[in-house]
Amino acid sequence: MKKILDWIDHRTGARKLAHEALYENVPGGSRWRYVWGSTLSFALVVQFITGIFLWMSYSPSSQTAWESVFYIQNVLSGGWLLRGIHHFMAQMMTVLLVLHLMQVVIDGAYKAPREVNFWFGLILLQLTLALSLTGYLLPWDQKGYWATKVSTNIAGITPFVGPMLQRVIIGGVDYGHSTLTRFFALHAGVLPGSIVALLVGHIYLFRRHGITAKQPLRKRDEPFWPEQVLKDAVACLAVLATVLFLIVLPRLRDHGAAMGAELGAPADPSEAFSAARPEWYFLFLFQFLKYFPGESEIIGAMVIPGIAMGIIFLMPFLGKWKLGHRFNIMFLCVMLFGAGLLTYLAKWQDGHDANYQAAVREADESAERVRHLAMDGVPPTGALTLLKNDPMTQGPKLFAARCASCHRYGGNDAMGGQPKDGQSGADLKGFGSREWLTAFLDAEHISSSNYFGGTKFADGKMAKFVKKDFPKFDAEKKKQLESVIKALSAEAGLDSQAAKDKADAETIKQGRELMAGPDMRCMECHQFHKKDEDATAPDLTGWASREWMAAIITNPAHERFYGKRNDRMPAFGVDGILDARQISLLVDWLRTPEAVRVSSK
Amino acid sequence: MKQESDAEGRRDFLKKASAVAIGGIITMAPIAAGVRVALDPLKRAGGGKQRLKVTNLESLPNDGIPRKFAIIASRSDAWNRYPEAPVGAVYLRRTGEQTVEALNVVCPHAGCFVDFRPEKKGYFCPCHNSVFAMDGKIADPKSPSPRGLDELKVEVNGSEVWVEFQNFRTGSAEKIPVA
Repeated sequence: MKKILDWIDHRTGARKLAHEALYENVPGGSRWRYVWGSTLSFALVVQFITGIFLWMSYSPSSQTAWESVFYIQNVLSGGWLLRGIHHFMAQMMTVLLVLHLMQVVIDGAYKAPREVNFWFGLILLQLTLALSLTGYLLPWDQKGYWATKVSTNIAGITPFVGPMLQRVIIGGVDYGHSTLTRFFALHAGVLPGSIVALLVGHIYLFRRHGITAKQPLRKRDEPFWPEQVLKDAVACLAVLATVLFLIVLPRLRDHGAAMGAELGAPADPSEAFSAARPEWYFLFLFQFLKYFPGESEIIGAMVIPGIAMGIIFLMPFLGKWKLGHRFNIMFLCVMLFGAGLLTYLAKWQDGHDANYQAAVREADESAERVRHLAMDGVPPTGALTLLKNDPMTQGPKLFAARCASCHRYGGNDAMGGQPKDGQSGADLKGFGSREWLTAFLDAEHISSSNYFGGTKFADGKMAKFVKKDFPKFDAEKKKQLESVIKALSAEAGLDSQAAKDKADAETIKQGRELMAGPDMRCMECHQFHKKDEDATAPDLTGWASREWMAAIITNPAHERFYGKRNDRMPAFGVDGILDARQISLLVDWLRTPEAVRVSSK
Repeated sequence: MKQESDAEGRRDFLKKASAVAIGGIITMAPIAAGVRVALDPLKRAGGGKQRLKVTNLESLPNDGIPRKFAIIASRSDAWNRYPEAPVGAVYLRRTGEQTVEALNVVCPHAGCFVDFRPEKKGYFCPCHNSVFAMDGKIADPKSPSPRGLDELKVEVNGSEVWVEFQNFRTGSAEKIPVA
C-alpha cells in the first residue's frame, strides 16, 4: 500500500497538495463563523452532481421541456428527490451567499489586501443569481415562463442596446425553442464554467491571504484539519438536512401532497398567468418595480440596483475611511432590511389579493389536472394540447365566458365567480340527470330561477301544465311520472348514470311507452322517436345526449328545438360564436357530473 | 500527563473519523439520488410483442420473393405516446395459398437492417456481411451472425396477414425476446 502511495506521490505531488489543503493555519482556532464559504462550495458541488443527472433526462424545447421535467418528477424512480435537491439547494445557495457576504463584511475580510477576492466573490454572487434566473425557466411551466418573460423584458429596456440584447438572450423575437436551448446552455455550460473558473481564483486568493481571523483570538492557532473541517462538514450536513426537509415538507403538511419541487401547468402563451411571481429571493425586486410608474421603470430595475451593487463593489475603498467599515456594515444591513421589507410587502399584497389567490388556485388545479392527463402519455405536440383538448379544463372556462351571462352552473359561473348579470337561464349543473329532471318537472321548481324562471317559458304551456296538473297526480300517476323521468334521462346516455339506466331497463321501457302514449300528454307538444310536423316544443328524441346538446347550442332556434319561440339564446354555432370543437368541449364537460370531475383531478 | 494526551488523541481521532464520515455522507447523498434516477431504465419494460395487421395477401404475390413491410404500431417513448409510429420492419414471403413466412429485418449479429438480394436469393447484412438464405437460416458459415434471421409468428385471417411483431436480443445464439 505504502509503495503505491509513494508511487502516486512521486508522480503527482499529492501529499504536498493534501498537506497544503488540510494544514492551512487557522489563526485563533476553528470557529463556526468560518463555515459559510465551505457550505457554498458544498452546495455548488451538489448542484453540479444533481444537475448533471437531471441533464440526462431533460430535453430543452417548447414541446419537451415541461414534458421531460414532468417525466423526471412523476415517472422516473426517485426523480422527485433528485429534482427536489437541485431546486431547494439553489434556494439554499442564495441564503448562504447572503450569510457569506455578511460574514465577510462584518469581519472586515474585504479590506486590503483582499479587495480582489472580495470582487471575485461579488461576481460569483451575480453568476449564482443568473443560474437561478435561467434555471427558473427550464421547466417551461406557466410560472417560470411568465416570470422569466418579465426579466427578459427588463433587459429590453437597457438604453441603446436593450431590444437587441433581449433578442439575443431569448434567441428571437419571442419565446420558443431557441430561448430554451440558450437558457439551458447558459445554465448548464456558460455559467457553471465561469463559476468554476472564478471559484478557483477565489479559493486561491483566499489561501494566499489566509483567513481573516475574528479578533480577539480566542484560542491558539489550529490547522484546518480536523477541527475546522469537522465544523464545515457539520454545517454542510445541516444544509443538506434543511434541503431534504424542504423536499418532504409538502407531505408533512398534507398527507396526499406531492414531494419535491413544484411543477406548474405547461407554459401557455395564450393564457396570461396572473399568478406569475419570481422566486422568493427576487420578490423584493419585483415589489420594488411596482413603485416606478411608466418610463421610470429603468430607475427601479437598473439604476438603483446598479448603484447599490456599485457601493458594495467599492466597500474595500470605503472601508479605509474612519467610519467606513461601520458605514459598510450599516449599508448592507439597510439593504437587507429593505429587501426583507419589500419581500414582506409583496407577500402581504398577494395574501390580500383575491384575484391573485384565485389565479394561484386555478394554476394549482390545472397543474394537477395536466399531471393526471400526462400520466397516460403526452402527444407529440406537447402537454399543452392535453389541456387544450380537455373538456374538464376548457368547459368551465367556456361556460364562464359564453354562457354564464344567463345560465349558472351550481349557482356560479363554473369558475367559482359570480357573473355581474342576473340569472336568466337554467342552472345546467347535472343537466340530463334524473335529479335535474325531477326538480324541473316539479310544480315548486319549474318556474324558479334555476329552471324556467328567468325565461319567457316561466308562464309557458309546459310550466302551466306542471304547476296545474302535477300536484293533482295520484300515486299511480306519480309512479308513471317517475318512469317518464327515468326514460327521458336515459335518452341523455350519461356515463355517470349508465349503471342506473341498465338496472332500470324495464322501467325505462315503460316510461318510453308512456311518453309516446296519450296519458302523459308529452306528444301534444313534443316529438319522441317519431316525426310530428305539428310539434311546437323541443324534440325529446335523444334529449340531453351529446349530439342533442351540441345541436341546441349550435342553433336553439332550429325547428327541432324552440323554433321561432326561442327566447334570447344565441345560435352559438351558426353565428360562429363558438366553433364545433369548443361546443363539444362544453358539452362533454356539462355531461360529466361534478363528483367525477373532482376525482379525475 | 500521559493520560491527558491519550484522551486528547482519542478526541482527535473521533473528530477526524466524524469529519470523514459526515463528508462521505453528504457527498454520497446527491450521487445516490442521481444514480437511482439514472438506473431507472433497468426497471422499465420494453415494447414486448404486438399482434398487428401488416398487409393483405393480395400484396404478396406467390413468386417466392419476400417483400419488406414497415411495422406501424402504438409506441411509448419516455413521456410521449404515439398511437401510430414506425417501430420496425418485416420481410413477408408467401409460402403457399394461405401461408406466409415473416422474418424480422434486424440482423441478429449487431442489429443492422438486412437487405434482400434477389440475384443471390437471400438476405445480406450491409454492416458485417452476414448472409442468410430465403428461409432466414445462415447461408454462409463465415457469417458473423450467431443465429439465423428471427422468424415471427404469422396468422392469415381470410386475406389479412397478421404478424406477432417482436424484437430479439442481438449477439446471442439463442433467440431471446427483448422485454
